[in-house]
Amino acid sequence: MSTELWYALVGVVLVAVSFGAFMAHTHLFRRLLAFNIMGTGCFLILVGLAQHERAPDPIPQALVLTGIVVAVASTALALILLRRWFAATGRTTLPEEDDA
Amino acid sequence: MTEPLVGATLLPLAIVVPLLWAVLTLVRPRRRPTWLVLPGLVSWLAICAGLWWQTSRHGVLTHVLGAWPEPLGIALRADGLGSTMALLTSVIGSACALYRLWTPMDADTLGAQHWFWPLFFMFGAALNAVWLAADLFNMYVGLELLGLSAVGLVAISGGANALAAALRYLLAALLGSLAYLLGVALLYAAYGSLALSSIAAVATPNTITYVALALITAGLCLKTALFPLHAWLPPAHAVSLSPVSALMSALVVKASFVMLLRIMMDVGVSIVTPSLAQGLGALGAGAIAWGGWQALRHADLKMLVAHSTVAQIGYLFVGMALLLGGSAPELAWDGLMLQLVAHALAKSAMFLAAGTLIAAVGSYRVADLAGVSRHTPMALFAFGLAGVSLMGLPPSGGFSAKWLLLQSALASGQWHWAVALIGGGALTAGYIFRVLGASFKQGTGDTFESTPFGWDVVALLLALSSIVVGVVATGPLAVLRIGAPLAGATS
Repeated sequence: MSTELWYALVGVVLVAVSFGAFMAHTHLFRRLLAFNIMGTGCFLILVGLAQHERAPDPIPQALVLTGIVVAVASTALALILLRRWFAATGRTTLPEEDDA
Repeated sequence: MTEPLVGATLLPLAIVVPLLWAVLTLVRPRRRPTWLVLPGLVSWLAICAGLWWQTSRHGVLTHVLGAWPEPLGIALRADGLGSTMALLTSVIGSACALYRLWTPMDADTLGAQHWFWPLFFMFGAALNAVWLAADLFNMYVGLELLGLSAVGLVAISGGANALAAALRYLLAALLGSLAYLLGVALLYAAYGSLALSSIAAVATPNTITYVALALITAGLCLKTALFPLHAWLPPAHAVSLSPVSALMSALVVKASFVMLLRIMMDVGVSIVTPSLAQGLGALGAGAIAWGGWQALRHADLKMLVAHSTVAQIGYLFVGMALLLGGSAPELAWDGLMLQLVAHALAKSAMFLAAGTLIAAVGSYRVADLAGVSRHTPMALFAFGLAGVSLMGLPPSGGFSAKWLLLQSALASGQWHWAVALIGGGALTAGYIFRVLGASFKQGTGDTFESTPFGWDVVALLLALSSIVVGVVATGPLAVLRIGAPLAGATS
């Protein structure tokens, strides 16, 4: 098994685990963390799988860089909304998930 | 490049100019932003109209940014669908911007106003980036920018409800984009390309293609709010400021739908089996029934209109099923395109009119509309006209769209879609007449707020164009067929 394929497999595991966490948790910050780990898993798959059995490829790397910028921006926005929501209501979950 | 130079240079401008105004309005916030915003709107409209005109005359336009060749460079491509959606975006965007400019600002809404315009123009740039993207990854970037600016626009309406709706929307959007990105990663790994045309040329129905398409479809359906993944949409569209609701319902859900449509028509068409296409259509029919039923029973006027969006999205997926698995794909394509355009115009008109009615009666409840017909007849008229198009009564755009879809369903021998299309029209009529009925009731008091005249004009113009587009449908439909991936759609 090549190193690249190993990266991709780790990525698959990360995506699977964090998707489970994203669905299972109601605490918004935990869900945001799960999203970030899921993103990392995606990037590992994107870079690893594309270079498996092929020469080093700059395109997935350029894509991952763009993807990281997008993920950081989304995380920043989510953090702002989360803080505002906590300041306004004192809650860390969405209203429909109170009893969960 | 064989395309005329002037047409191709409009492509990057369609994204750069709104982005420029996003920066301008961010660094120069004004209490009265009219004279800052208007030039932006005019140039945005002019560029998109020029793009549409050039596409209609010269066919598909492409532009490679900085002359970097694909796949490392960024290519933009305007086919009939892309340039029509760009023009539609600029028209509806400008209408919503005018509505916003006519809104009297009091002290407590000023904070939100500061952020509205940068987000608004960013939103326009992101939509154009999606319509004009030539490959899977640029679509992803456009969709993410769109999601971020749309979430921001929902959040600035203030209040805890808006924050909760924005957070729920953001979580759904993030999950949807990651699923899409994962699908793109698999496609790239399998075929070594991101351009739809080159993937389509070599794609074979194997496991990795199926998994990739499934991930992409699931992610984009979540973002399009296809039933049963629609739960985030109604609260997000209902708590927003009225022009924001209009933009969201008219355009944002269409962006991910158009992406899915392009991927399905290029890559999916040789892969997707008729039963999978029927499955997507069945979800669409479910959306028509569920959205219509929810719209019938909601007490809140904006929730009613938002659920109507859930139902109208269903028509798009029924159209997609006919396109992928029917024997009359040309009819289905025309119907689908007209449904995209007519619903965008009618729904934006309806949300703006609903905003006016709510401002007039000072309440969100449908039951409190009693007597409003005498006070703000123009807004109610615009609401009714938009309703005519949504119901699909002739001669509106909604009628022509549903008529074409119906003909395509009958020509394919798929009668069950005809039932969904007609039943959906009946449900729509039910909730539109519920609003009209409540408005024509005799009111208990005459305590209505007066609303700006400009609001009525904007809503009425949009509603009228949703009717007119049905009468003059042949012209736009001819443009919408330019570059359409229809040749391989016969099955």
